Amino acid sequence: MHLSSDALILWQHGFVKLNVTIVTTWVLMLVMVVGAKLVTRNLEHRVDISRWQSLLEVVVVTIRNQIGEVGLQHPEKYLGFLGTLFLFIALSNFCTIFPGYEPPTGSLSTTAALALSVFVAVPLFGIAESGLGIFLRSYTKPTFIMLPFNIISELSRTLALAIRLFGNIMSGAMILAILLTITPFIFPIVMTMLGLLTGMVQAYIFAILATVYIAAATRAREEASD
Amino acid sequence: MDSITLIAMASIITAGLTIAIGGIAPALGEGRAVSTALSSLAQQPDASTTITRTLFVGLAMIESIAIYCFVVSMILIFANPFWDHVIAQVAK
Repeated sequence: MHLSSDALILWQHGFVKLNVTIVTTWVLMLVMVVGAKLVTRNLEHRVDISRWQSLLEVVVVTIRNQIGEVGLQHPEKYLGFLGTLFLFIALSNFCTIFPGYEPPTGSLSTTAALALSVFVAVPLFGIAESGLGIFLRSYTKPTFIMLPFNIISELSRTLALAIRLFGNIMSGAMILAILLTITPFIFPIVMTMLGLLTGMVQAYIFAILATVYIAAATRAREEASD
Repeated sequence: MDSITLIAMASIITAGLTIAIGGIAPALGEGRAVSTALSSLAQQPDASTTITRTLFVGLAMIESIAIYCFVVSMILIFANPFWDHVIAQVAK
């Protein structure tokens, strides 16, 4: 029983190793990009649009409204990053329905990469919105003594994001594997349903937390002006 | 008692205690969070979407403490570096 799919190596040449996590991630990316390209080939403005375009519109508009509700002005600027975050994690957790599939988010490398991309994106969006000086000065609010604590909280938020997603998905897969050796009939199906639910909730949580962090960073300008 | 037995015993006991004790406080905290959310939903049903969304975000943050304990427990059982080290020494 392995802790994550990083241990299963499919192909190796020198020190370059292709493990199941990398292959699954690329397959998911291919599915998402090719699917989106196929659906948005001929976008139509009529009232009766194709079913796939209608589905994609529902998804995009819902995500944009959620981002706006958290408190970000101009949600279109952040829609690409946050929407991709949510859709990738949701798709990778949803595909656990297929037998023999190991979710790449059940490996600490994938979740650490996603958390690091949020860690880099938050200052980028903050600086793009407020300018470098005001953004850096926001770290010294409310007093200058809080500077190390603000930095530590940034780092621990990133770590918590990675470990939360990894722990939830890995625990679901591991509990399922253990149950299959004990009571292989009905109970694993119930646990799979629970795993699907937590997968979707964790995807939503990851995206909402990233949104909240970006909203806190882009609000530096309003807070500095009063 | 040689080091293999000691490491195995400490790992197993610690793994069990970690998840047992570490699951108590998040469960209590989540219970309080849900009960407060239910009473505020009863007081203001119009804000139900906001309350529900905030409840889920809060529950996920509380749950992550239990997840940390679970991850430590799993590492002690399945990816224990001390155990691997001591087994590698015996294999030599």
